[in-house]
Amino acid sequence: MKFIETLLNGLSMGSTYAMIALGYTMVYGIAKMLNFAHGDIIMVGGYMIFITMSAIGNPILGLFAAVVFCLLLGVTIEKIAYKPLRGASPLAVLITAIGVSYLLQSTAQMIFGSAPKMVLIADLGNLNIGALKLPVYTLVTLGCSIVIMLALSLFVKYTKVGRAMIAVSEDKGAAQLMGINVNGIITLTFAIGSSLAAFAGFFMLLKSPSLTNTLGAMPGIKAFTAAVIGGIGSIPGAMLGGILIGVVEAISLTIPAIAAYTDAIEFLILIIILLVRPSGILGKKRREKV
Amino acid sequence: MALLEVKNLEVYYGVINALRDISFEVNEGEIVTLIGANGAGKTTTMQSVIGLIPARAGTVIYDGVDISKMPCHKIVHLGMSQVPEGRRVFQELTVYENLMMGAYSQKKDTNFKEDIEKIYTRFPRLAERRNQIAGTLSGGEQQMLAMGRALMSHPKLLMLDEPSMGLSPLLVDQVFEIIKDINKDGTTILLVEQNAGKSLAISDRAYVLETGKIVLSGTGAELAASDKVKKAYLGG
Repeated sequence: MKFIETLLNGLSMGSTYAMIALGYTMVYGIAKMLNFAHGDIIMVGGYMIFITMSAIGNPILGLFAAVVFCLLLGVTIEKIAYKPLRGASPLAVLITAIGVSYLLQSTAQMIFGSAPKMVLIADLGNLNIGALKLPVYTLVTLGCSIVIMLALSLFVKYTKVGRAMIAVSEDKGAAQLMGINVNGIITLTFAIGSSLAAFAGFFMLLKSPSLTNTLGAMPGIKAFTAAVIGGIGSIPGAMLGGILIGVVEAISLTIPAIAAYTDAIEFLILIIILLVRPSGILGKKRREKV
Repeated sequence: MALLEVKNLEVYYGVINALRDISFEVNEGEIVTLIGANGAGKTTTMQSVIGLIPARAGTVIYDGVDISKMPCHKIVHLGMSQVPEGRRVFQELTVYENLMMGAYSQKKDTNFKEDIEKIYTRFPRLAERRNQIAGTLSGGEQQMLAMGRALMSHPKLLMLDEPSMGLSPLLVDQVFEIIKDINKDGTTILLVEQNAGKSLAISDRAYVLETGKIVLSGTGAELAASDKVKKAYLGG
């Protein structure tokens, strides 16, 4: 019984990580850059939920506002900070992304202060099935995430624009020769990734209501780890990696002897997997082009 | 009137002057070939004309429109298409999906099913392998796919960059036959080749590139008969 509860908790945390990891992996796959400001988009989404709920008290409208704002923010960051660096050295882009991350965190601190805000989205209670006690928020998180991830997979596989994303991630030049507007696809990717981060922020506040300007920092790093474990650039890989990290975290937290080392265990898994499969679980080794 | 007119094109890679004052034209219905050794600037010319590499100076007029500063994807929408060097088919997509990507620039109301059947008729091998992942095709099949993909956009001008590279002699002949066929059906062709003999034989006109400059031009037959070309490119 206890195990099922832990597993569900892990799946719920894991699907939140997966939502964030998708943003990392899609941006990496298409723009070939690591967007280290991605985690902080979650935090911005959190504050949007906070503002909306303080003003009108409706969590669904809060989620909506967060998604819209994060989408616009992600696209704007790409336009202002990353697009001028297209073709620059990867190191310059990486440093810029880290700079954007600090900019977002500091701006949030200037506006909202450093004391945590309480964002009580809703107390959904528990679902009791016999001896099984399942927190409803984990079911909601897992359910919503599955729907979103399924929709994203279908979008990429079966729509014209989705296939264009695959084409761009594989060969930018050849994609342009098909008439694909590569800059447009990159913008779309940032829009999708940032919206997913807003959802992740919602799920995190649903689980625990405390909101600070570093809300997205640790989950961002863990989701990035998840994306690398799954194989960075791979959409199913990000989902798998996220779920894996979440389940390991949940299980580890229930074992008193190792609970304190949970973060270390997750990163240890990363190291082991990279030693065995340097391109991640579902990552592909690109064949050399002739 | 020329379908493609390139005037005084200059391309630099950093400080290296890759193309110097390149001028040539391709008339409607022609097959025109650029020949030259490795590093002469053939691929650079092709990529610069279609907007993949920015030119520092010069003008490119296509179908009456100045496309010198236009991004590649817009040029493709004007009806120019290119089979790039090394084929560059989308390895993770199937043959069918690759052909769909080729039709990306087409409006919804064009007849996709009919177009793809035409490609399958021209390249029966692709029909057999329509659901196979492109990365698992042989070199010759990938070349066919790259050509089929480029034709899906109904180009007025089809540019082919080294289509015979790395293929067996039998397949090379087949590729040149297909190029002739495509031209007969009304598509203008700009070809880049190292196989000077075969390409001059099917060309209306040709230009010889050496270290980023055009040094010679004429009809295919004229160039094939010229001593200079014979010595440098035809092994005799």
